[in-house]
Amino acid sequence: MTSVNAIDLTLPLTEEAACSVRAGDVVHLTGPLYTARDAAHQRLVALIEAGEELPIEIAGQVIYYCGPTPAPPGRPIGSAGPTTSYRMDDFAPELHRLGLRGTIGKGNRSAHVRQALRRYGGVYFVAVGGAGALLAEHITVAEVVAYPELGPEAIRRLEVEQFPVIVGYDCRGGTAFVGEKPLT
Amino acid sequence: MREIDVGRITDTVADMARRSNIELPDDVVAALRAARERETLRIAREVLDQLLLNAERARETGLPLCQDTGVAVVFIDLGQDVHLTGGDLQAAVDDGVRRGYQEGYLRKSVVRDPLDRSTNTGDNTPAVMHLRLVAGDRVTVHFAPKGGGSENMSALWMLTPAQGRSGVVEAIAAQVGAAGGMPCPPLVLGVGLGGTFEMSALLAKRALLRPLGGPSPIPEVAALERDMLDAVNATGVGPMGLGGVTTALAVHVERHPCHIASLPLALNVQCHAARHMTVLL
Repeated sequence: MTSVNAIDLTLPLTEEAACSVRAGDVVHLTGPLYTARDAAHQRLVALIEAGEELPIEIAGQVIYYCGPTPAPPGRPIGSAGPTTSYRMDDFAPELHRLGLRGTIGKGNRSAHVRQALRRYGGVYFVAVGGAGALLAEHITVAEVVAYPELGPEAIRRLEVEQFPVIVGYDCRGGTAFVGEKPLT
Repeated sequence: MREIDVGRITDTVADMARRSNIELPDDVVAALRAARERETLRIAREVLDQLLLNAERARETGLPLCQDTGVAVVFIDLGQDVHLTGGDLQAAVDDGVRRGYQEGYLRKSVVRDPLDRSTNTGDNTPAVMHLRLVAGDRVTVHFAPKGGGSENMSALWMLTPAQGRSGVVEAIAAQVGAAGGMPCPPLVLGVGLGGTFEMSALLAKRALLRPLGGPSPIPEVAALERDMLDAVNATGVGPMGLGGVTTALAVHVERHPCHIASLPLALNVQCHAARHMTVLL
């Protein structure tokens, strides 16, 4: 990778690790995480509201907002960059309440999400949108673990290695985005 | 009358679907390189470095540049001295999309019903096709897969004539500023100015087909493009919304006469993966 001064973090994340990084830090992630986007979030939150068991572990985990292209022969996954995060903003605070430690996506998020990060000790990472070919090379394993009928929107368990991200919002209310102020 | 079998259009579309999603056009790569040289902020340079490396890795591995391989948008300029044979044109284009997206391991990103979103069409059809009848006996096929993240930040205004040039520039800059990092800046902005409600949107989309770095041949439109680019880059949004001087790589304006009461303005937002390809048959 090209990054200078990247911080290495191991997944799943402890609260201490999630809170050790600051908005604007370049971070390399190594370990397991889950993918989920619009349709999977609707289903997860519906299960939570119904008081039913979830198909994946949430506590301590990181969710990557990603719907990859199909894996060509000989590769674990196709192109796999982030999708725009704000569409998951209504769902994220509830998942953080249940112990979700971090999310990876692209773009700005609502004040509610930022407050949830601070309240529950979480972090929002930005992956570079449109860098799906490059990011795919940092994914070593991919398996569908829930909702295969959703195709690209299925929940996948990934193993990532030195996966490059930038801290968008940290657990102290800090932001890396232009035009936003730290939470007070 | 020149005859062209629609099977040739199917083959052309299938090939363009695959290639356009993997090969970032040279004009876009050059614009990203120039942006990398301009930026001084560490994060802006990191983002642009990753994008340039991504373009290289996609060509090397054959993986799509971006996982959002888009809705297939196809512009066809059909010479009026051409007789298309062998079948229906929309069906031929859809066959090409079906084949290209299947064989190219591209993502199928189209749901059948905008409200009941449970059924994916499964093959990325139907293509959004814009057909124009032109002089001559050639067929020009433009293929431009369009991702959802940037498309979602597009907008259309029916301004008052009094809002004029400054109102137009302000509307574009405000929209891009509010979109922040969501549409994957640095962007290419297609602007449709004038015409009618629907025509302004089509002009904006068509403006994205122009090669980057070539201003409008009309001097006052080229000046408007420069002023819009300056206004947008003055927002400081920067690559991925994380700050910098490059919020947009280019602004392309297409203009058309309009009603004395109207000032239609449309903005089609395109992310940096500005995939576009043209073939002349």
